Amino acid sequence: MSELKTIDARNTFCPGPLMELITYMKQANVGDTLELLSTDEGSAGDVPEWINKVGHDLISNEKIDGVWHVKVRKAK
Amino acid sequence: MRILIVGGGTGGTIVANNLARRLAGEIRSRKVRITMLSASDRHMYQPGLLYVAFGQMMPDELYRKQKSLLEACIDFHVDPVEEFHLDQQNVKTVSGKTYGYDVLVIATGSRIVPKEIPGLAEGAETFYSEASAVKMFKALRAFEGGKIAIVVGVPHKCPIAPVELVFALDDYFKARGIRDKVQIKYHYPIGRIHTIENVAKWAKPAFEKMGIEYETLFNVKEVDVKKNVVISEEGTETSYDMLIAIPPHRGMEAIENNGLGQGGWIPTNRYQLTMDGYDDVYVLGDTTNLPVSKTGSAAHFQAEVVSENISSKIKIGEPVREYDGKVYCFIETGRDSATYAMFDYVNPPDLKEPNKPMHWFKTSYNKMYWASVRGLL
Repeated sequence: MSELKTIDARNTFCPGPLMELITYMKQANVGDTLELLSTDEGSAGDVPEWINKVGHDLISNEKIDGVWHVKVRKAK
Repeated sequence: MRILIVGGGTGGTIVANNLARRLAGEIRSRKVRITMLSASDRHMYQPGLLYVAFGQMMPDELYRKQKSLLEACIDFHVDPVEEFHLDQQNVKTVSGKTYGYDVLVIATGSRIVPKEIPGLAEGAETFYSEASAVKMFKALRAFEGGKIAIVVGVPHKCPIAPVELVFALDDYFKARGIRDKVQIKYHYPIGRIHTIENVAKWAKPAFEKMGIEYETLFNVKEVDVKKNVVISEEGTETSYDMLIAIPPHRGMEAIENNGLGQGGWIPTNRYQLTMDGYDDVYVLGDTTNLPVSKTGSAAHFQAEVVSENISSKIKIGEPVREYDGKVYCFIETGRDSATYAMFDYVNPPDLKEPNKPMHWFKTSYNKMYWASVRGLL
């Protein structure tokens, strides 16, 4: 059964939001949905780009009160 | 009051020594007892491994006897923990002994897992263990020219290491007079050449000046050791004559086996450094799941917070400090210059131009570490 896991990468410079997401994606099962929270403006660009390049499913990507919420489903 | 510290690396050792001094009176009057359980009777200065890979340090310079680094009142045993029984406040060790505690500190660190990537262990040089660092030095020494590919596993310890490796390679082959025969290609998992934006901005022109090629959004999927090709999760390939890898890491097996945290990383409060759900269990260093660099520096600053809070809770019943995310990383930029990155949860690093005095400071710190881990700096 798939589950939603939240990765709180707000207010961190290293290892950074995308590196955190890659770490947790490796641990997740196919079908799991992960939500990445990030305050790094760069995340708005390189996180969706990475998701698209690897072939996972970007469910949503929105900024709420200064925090990027990126939801992604592990596709493979 | 029984304080049990599991792990004798940088974080655990600083916590133990710091507590031994802060609680000297309580220990003398037998109100407090500090016990440390570790997997080894030796303590390694891990940042020295990169120097070993370039012939700048010998392996025996990396070690001290763990017992020699600890205050005499600390009860030290080489007996790694196999089972954590947090609800019963005890742990069971490999030797079969059970240790009870009132306060537990988990600082078991991380381990490299190159075998998680097919072909990586067989095909790549690395410098994250003594044996691999010596092997890498011999391979570099025998290398007469061709393409060196650098790849970076996720997650990994010491996020500055990939950048330092590039500078070290450039300097090493210049010194041998064959830099023009060596092509260096750097591959990085995210969309810029370093995860810290200011480090990436600083390193990019330096890489271009050194003639380093780079590819971003490159996560290693597998290494074809017969064809000397690395294949990425993103669908690209790179050929190589020598492959150097920063291997992926996991937390220790005992953490995973006891269900304390996925991947061996324990869910930890980012300010109090207590394990989620357990106020009597502190976690620090690589062992946490915090979005903080896995480095000795982070472990050091976290150790100060943990020991100060354990001590204050014993003396006045309340913690007195929060961890602010502080990390300080030296960045060696070759054999005779260095800079540094200092940052916390709120403030990004502001990188200065590399200079010789900072390199001398780093060289000095390689020796000062032994005073630092004793809790004297």
